[in-house]
Amino acid sequence: MSEVTRDAFDRALDTRNVRGRSLYIDAWHRLLKNKAAVTALIVLSLMVVLVIIGPMLSNWDHEIPDWEHYSTPPSLETGHLFGTDALGRDLFVRTLIGGRISLLVGLVATLVSLIIGISYGAVAGFLGGRVDNLMMRFVDGIYAMPFMFFVIVLMVVFGRNIFLIFVAIGAINWLDMARIVRGQTLSLKNKDFVEAARASGATEFHIIRRHIIPNLLGVVIVYVTLTIPQVILVESFLSFLGLGVQEPLTSWGALVNEGAQELETAPWSLLFPACFLAATLFAFNFLGDGLRDALDPKDRF
Amino acid sequence: MSSRAPVLKVRDLAVHFRVDRGRFFRHDYQTLRAVDNVSFDLYPAETLGIVGESGCGKSTLARAILGLVRPQAGSVVWLGEDLAGLSDEAMRLKRREIQLIFQDPLGSLDPRMTVGEIVAEPLRVFYPSMSRLQVRERVAGMMKLVGLSPAQINRYPHEFSGGQCQRIGIARALVVNPRLVVCDEPVSALDVSIQAQIVNLLKDLQKKLQLSLIFIAHDLSVVRHVSDRVLVMYLGRIMEVADRDSIYLDPRHPYTRALIESVPIPDPVAERARVRRALEGDMPSPLDPPTGCVFRTRCPFAAPVCADRVPVLEALEDGRQVACLRHEEIRGFAEETNSVPPAPES
Repeated sequence: MSEVTRDAFDRALDTRNVRGRSLYIDAWHRLLKNKAAVTALIVLSLMVVLVIIGPMLSNWDHEIPDWEHYSTPPSLETGHLFGTDALGRDLFVRTLIGGRISLLVGLVATLVSLIIGISYGAVAGFLGGRVDNLMMRFVDGIYAMPFMFFVIVLMVVFGRNIFLIFVAIGAINWLDMARIVRGQTLSLKNKDFVEAARASGATEFHIIRRHIIPNLLGVVIVYVTLTIPQVILVESFLSFLGLGVQEPLTSWGALVNEGAQELETAPWSLLFPACFLAATLFAFNFLGDGLRDALDPKDRF
Repeated sequence: MSSRAPVLKVRDLAVHFRVDRGRFFRHDYQTLRAVDNVSFDLYPAETLGIVGESGCGKSTLARAILGLVRPQAGSVVWLGEDLAGLSDEAMRLKRREIQLIFQDPLGSLDPRMTVGEIVAEPLRVFYPSMSRLQVRERVAGMMKLVGLSPAQINRYPHEFSGGQCQRIGIARALVVNPRLVVCDEPVSALDVSIQAQIVNLLKDLQKKLQLSLIFIAHDLSVVRHVSDRVLVMYLGRIMEVADRDSIYLDPRHPYTRALIESVPIPDPVAERARVRRALEGDMPSPLDPPTGCVFRTRCPFAAPVCADRVPVLEALEDGRQVACLRHEEIRGFAEETNSVPPAPES
């Protein structure tokens, strides 16, 4: 064998620097092959960037009216890209500010439901037996409460408050999460590797933290991407009913509500927020579908 | 062998599960005797093979020794201390000395962890003060010992073959220097060529590290290859215990005999010429075991007395034990005629 080929062999066989491909990296590569999911990911990233820096770049403010332009259509001349509403406020800025609130509600409420749901579901599923029964009956009990009634009562008692919306939506959504996580935990806890961890001397807490929760994440990630749009929609619905955010703050749902009232005179005030809302929901759903396909353990090998 | 003190003394061990056979809202609890009245000793650096059909309680026995299932009765005395009476926490700490190797090589490894993390897990649990570097060195050394390249430390289990996964499982079991390793069918999920590698690896490591091994399998030839002594189980009870050679050359219990006769001989001429008495029927349900001797429903030598009396494990010469009421008659008879002796008048 010549020196050259030997070198080539050595290089090819040198595995010292090879990092293994974790299941998540595999899934990530699969996700990148899914055009719809990648598009959705790009749309969402743009949306987040736009919502954060867009209002800073604009000359207008979301609460101060432009006294010279009431209900003007979109135009470059006036500088109101999306037009103005009946009070003369710039709709471009209001749409982006509304997007901040909508996305924030989506993320925070989902995060709240995520934390409660995972810990509750994992504990119930892992402990099993009577504890599990008791915990899940409690969940069933809360499920039976009419959600809208619950929210309306909260709003009436504590006044309209954006923090309350997070709490109210999170308090309902963790129920689904807890059920999903519990089911998944039930199947995980009988897996050999959990028994192997126990045989290795691991404590129960260690097993939940190091084995159960990391293996739940695949399912949870998919569920999160499908929960965020659901939460955004719930918030929109609440705002549409007039129970959501308080003026002058706004959200996509509140903007759609205002726009719908002026549909005949100022259709743009409905069109832009509605498009943003729809695009975001679409993107989240496509991303969720893509993630589900990518993380599906059935084609792991 | 018996001159040394045993490391593990199992006495009258019984593991029962409560099974609900009721329909709808009616409960009907029955007792499943997975392991019943099992006693044996294990000596230092010895390999004890445990054989039996699936469902005979081998795995439950393994789990009971590690305290993963709690026995209903009996004792598991490890180095003079009864494990059955320990609290969960004390039992957990004992697992530094007793480790387990699993049947399903891939299933027993967490798919989200790298090999390094998997092998390091027992170290992290038992020696939380070890530095990262020390852990890494120990893991790399362990991987080398079981024949894996330490370069693969950052790989994930699904990137390995079944045999390699089993090596990872062995590395994980040995990383804390246990004194006893219970192998629960460690090779039955592997290809035959890989089986030999893994079995030989276990044998080498046992010699090197002076381990005691409990080797559970349903493959008699594998057990013969690794074991010093062999314990035969049927329906949760011990049928026979003897040295490896005596049990294969001179089985005393009719069940052992049937098991050995069912192993094919790798010589077509001899195989065809052999008179076989294959076991008929299935193992009875452990929920409703036969009275008397549990094997009598399938035993070619069963006599009426077998239904009335439960055979106890009887000590014979050379430290071998057998639980059969008629083993002496059967032995004499089988040697002469190689056929079934008539049942005695009752």
